[in-house]
Amino acid sequence: MAQETRPEKRSATEKGKSQDRRTFLKQCLRGSPLLLGILPLEAEGAEEEEAYQPEEHLYGMGIDVDKCIGCGRCVDACKNENDVPREPFFFRTWVERYVVREEGEVEVDSPNGGIDGFPLQVDDREVQRTFFVPKLCNHCSNAPCVQVCPVGATFTTEDGVVLVDPDYCIGCRYCIQACPYGARFLHPETRTAEKCTFCYHRVRRGLQPACVEVCPTKARVFGDTRQRSSPLARFFRFNKIQMLKPHLNTEPKVFYAALDASVG
Amino acid sequence: MPQQVQRLVIVFVVAIGALVGARQIMTPESFGKTGHYRAAAIDSVLTLPIRYAGEQVCLDCHDDIGEMKISSNHSGLSCEVCHAPAAGHADDPDTFLPPAPRQRGYCPLCHGYNPSRPSGFPQIDPVSHNPVQACVTCHDPHAPEPPDGPAECQGCHQGIVRTKAVSHHAQLPCARCHANTEEHRASPHPRELLPDKPRTRALCGECHASADAPREIPRIDLDSHEPKYLCWQCHYPHHPEAK
Repeated sequence: MAQETRPEKRSATEKGKSQDRRTFLKQCLRGSPLLLGILPLEAEGAEEEEAYQPEEHLYGMGIDVDKCIGCGRCVDACKNENDVPREPFFFRTWVERYVVREEGEVEVDSPNGGIDGFPLQVDDREVQRTFFVPKLCNHCSNAPCVQVCPVGATFTTEDGVVLVDPDYCIGCRYCIQACPYGARFLHPETRTAEKCTFCYHRVRRGLQPACVEVCPTKARVFGDTRQRSSPLARFFRFNKIQMLKPHLNTEPKVFYAALDASVG
Repeated sequence: MPQQVQRLVIVFVVAIGALVGARQIMTPESFGKTGHYRAAAIDSVLTLPIRYAGEQVCLDCHDDIGEMKISSNHSGLSCEVCHAPAAGHADDPDTFLPPAPRQRGYCPLCHGYNPSRPSGFPQIDPVSHNPVQACVTCHDPHAPEPPDGPAECQGCHQGIVRTKAVSHHAQLPCARCHANTEEHRASPHPRELLPDKPRTRALCGECHASADAPREIPRIDLDSHEPKYLCWQCHYPHHPEAK
């Protein structure tokens, strides 16, 4: 590569004093895209295909609210896969039931995260609409939890997944306070912050996250947003996408289709 | 340089040196490699065990079930939704056997009626839908179809079957007294092919007036016991009151 650019440099200097420093630098810059463009191409070809390049991926999840039947299998699978404590207040993902009454009142409940199903409501006031919304960590591109962590134990990987380093977390709970989605909790035994990892250990081995694997209606779709053809790309093409709390500029990577205005 | 300034410089140099030294020692090795975090943390996440093997692994061996499932209403349903995480089974198929939920409580997690479910999703009322029966007796979970005709009489006659279930006649199959039950059940027009009801006192007498019948069955003399009436005019055969 250096050989390719050298003649350019020479010609610049040979023309000599008629050229000032600015034109010389401009010419150098013009040559550099060539250099930048070819170098990575060659490097890619030379390296093994299997080597994982995290910066080439950006993971995200799509959730179709219209498809969710509130069976809670995702919550159960998440707890199985990730050893989340079984107590009813520790969840990496959970399902909420929204009931919007005729007079506009919104009721939200999530008994045990929806893991045992949702009992029928006894309140017989008129219901305008009702549906289930699965929730989890939104893996924000501008994650508030990452910003507030005083020790750098919560971080965003190069492929866009927000993770917690349990060996480095001091359990100060700032991140739990900062998360606008309530997606974090303090593990009762390790006393460190815990959250959804998009099942990073599965994803890197080519598997789907556990909740996506078990979703019976395929309401959850997982994929790489940088991949042109994938179930997630299809999800983007066929749905109108919304995110939770977009006004906070957290830039979530969990994308919802058919999201209701009452969902916060 | 005045003495006090020299001393101050020494104090500052020592303090800054201690800070730099402490930072060297206390910062983890891989910290800051790819960002403001310990790069090795990613490696420790990657070593976490996998519990859900994924449907593809299941179908590598159980391809027959996969074939059945792929064209059925449960085609999108991963095996491990019902059979629990099975990575252990995939690693060692003999020692770890994944469970198969047969109890009635499981299927209603998805198919129990709930108004919040999307309309059109098949739902039943678990209380009144063929009570006590396990779902798998009528529905094949690998290729579920709504059954054409009910497999059991209680598919339609739930009230009678429930009453009978707690009576002294609990052990009697419907066909013991009603003829043509099979044809009636399989018929597309069951009302046009009604099963026979008992017509004579002799039918009840087969047990209740027979010398060969087990001793715990109450015995009567057909000739002297209210000969004017048919048995079911006084006794309800699905829930007989006599002790």
